[in-house]
Amino acid sequence: MSVIYILWLRQIKRYVRSRPRIIAALGQPLLFLLALGFGFGPIFQRAGQGNYIQFLAPGVIGMTILFTAIFSGIELIWDRQFGFLKETLVAPVPRTVIMIGRTLGGATVALIQGLIVILICLAAGFRVTSFALLPWAILFMILIAVMFTALGTAIASVLSDFQGFQLVMNFLVMPIFFLSGALFPLTNLPRLLDLATTIDPLSYGVDGLRAALVGIAHFGMPLDTLVLCVIGAGLLGAGGYLFSRIQL
Amino acid sequence: MIKVTNLVKKYGDFTAVNDISFDVDEGEIFAFLGPNGAGKTTTIKILTTLLKPTSGHVELDGLNPAVQHNEARKRFGIVFQDPSLDEELTAYENMDFHGVLYKVPAKLRADRIEHLLTLFELWDRRNDPVKQFSGGMKRRLEIARGLLHTPRIVFLDEPTLGLDPQTRNQLWTHVRKLNDEERVTVFMTTHYMEEAERVAHRIAIIDHGKIVAQGSAEQLKAQTGAETLEQAFLALTGSTIRQEEATSLDQMRNMARMFRGRRR
Repeated sequence: MSVIYILWLRQIKRYVRSRPRIIAALGQPLLFLLALGFGFGPIFQRAGQGNYIQFLAPGVIGMTILFTAIFSGIELIWDRQFGFLKETLVAPVPRTVIMIGRTLGGATVALIQGLIVILICLAAGFRVTSFALLPWAILFMILIAVMFTALGTAIASVLSDFQGFQLVMNFLVMPIFFLSGALFPLTNLPRLLDLATTIDPLSYGVDGLRAALVGIAHFGMPLDTLVLCVIGAGLLGAGGYLFSRIQL
Repeated sequence: MIKVTNLVKKYGDFTAVNDISFDVDEGEIFAFLGPNGAGKTTTIKILTTLLKPTSGHVELDGLNPAVQHNEARKRFGIVFQDPSLDEELTAYENMDFHGVLYKVPAKLRADRIEHLLTLFELWDRRNDPVKQFSGGMKRRLEIARGLLHTPRIVFLDEPTLGLDPQTRNQLWTHVRKLNDEERVTVFMTTHYMEEAERVAHRIAIIDHGKIVAQGSAEQLKAQTGAETLEQAFLALTGSTIRQEEATSLDQMRNMARMFRGRRR
């Protein structure tokens, strides 16, 4: 337990101490929120879908958590490159415990970023419709954070340097974001796009967030929770397995 | 304490360690010498559970590190050849992190951290982030950290690389003291022959993945008819300089250094 705590604490300390990273990571959601939110707002309104900021904000929160979580997982590559990974891997601690500590730390960082973005959204005019459902929103944020930190760790366990990182960003993380319904409603889509959004795990995260924060749901919260838990557990298992097989 | 029999490690077609065997007794200081790329670090990585051998058998205090990872890991401390500190954390935090991983009780941990940081003259800088440290200070911190949990076996992989004579002297004095007083087994590599001659009870010389000679410094000198260990070493391994290609890791470090605009 104390081992998990110290691993978690390390991630948090690193996060708090890298202020440029915090600010940099907030720039992107801010841009999406302001440029897309206010840019597409009038069209969205005219199409009869209501206020776009209300629709977009949960998506932007989901995006922030996705990117921060994946990046926290991928940070493992830094640890490998700068040698710190060796220090943890020769310690008499089961690798699964190390993986869990790291993942919880990374997920916490992603959660904090998500909470900051909620505040930014509120400042930009976003309004939460039901405060009773706020704990649900937090739950969905945690599920998204854990799931994608585990995915990042799994990916970083098989990459030995940053050569493959762009590949992962462009062919995995970006599609997960753009096909998640963070930016557009999932109704009346062409069949192929509909299929893609249905298999994208972030769709369920964004849908859950949107349901909890503004009461708009596509899949519904029970299904969202189920899918996120199952896929999250699967990715944790896969990440733990791949991490335990690392050789240096 | 350490028993290696017919150990082989291959990376694809390249054989890094080619059928080596040796024993290290409990309480012995054993030096593993060889030119760059001879297979020293690979052997240490196998002994310390970071790599799995292609074939052959390895024993650490009666345990097989390839199978009984965690039991084996409790037995040793290691100072790696390359940096392995978290640069964003302070010196104290790096030590504390290590102590928690090795389950050193809190009170004892604090005492030992203070003792070791004082010994290696880092106590005054304990609350500074490691990224502000010079190369020598980082090295000293790594050494202090490797000794924190009072291991039975200590692996020192070129521990004195980049250290000034004062610190080197301090390190070897401390290592000998540990060895004398606590019977800690030491497995070390170094490029400084006089260090090996000074502290090691026994020496093995490895080249191209094969052990070419084993024995005390005196025996090695007698065997080659050389006057110094350095001459004996050159006689055994030849005088050609070994080529080592920059790994992706080195390239990456260079990039990161440029990116951060930080001088070494």
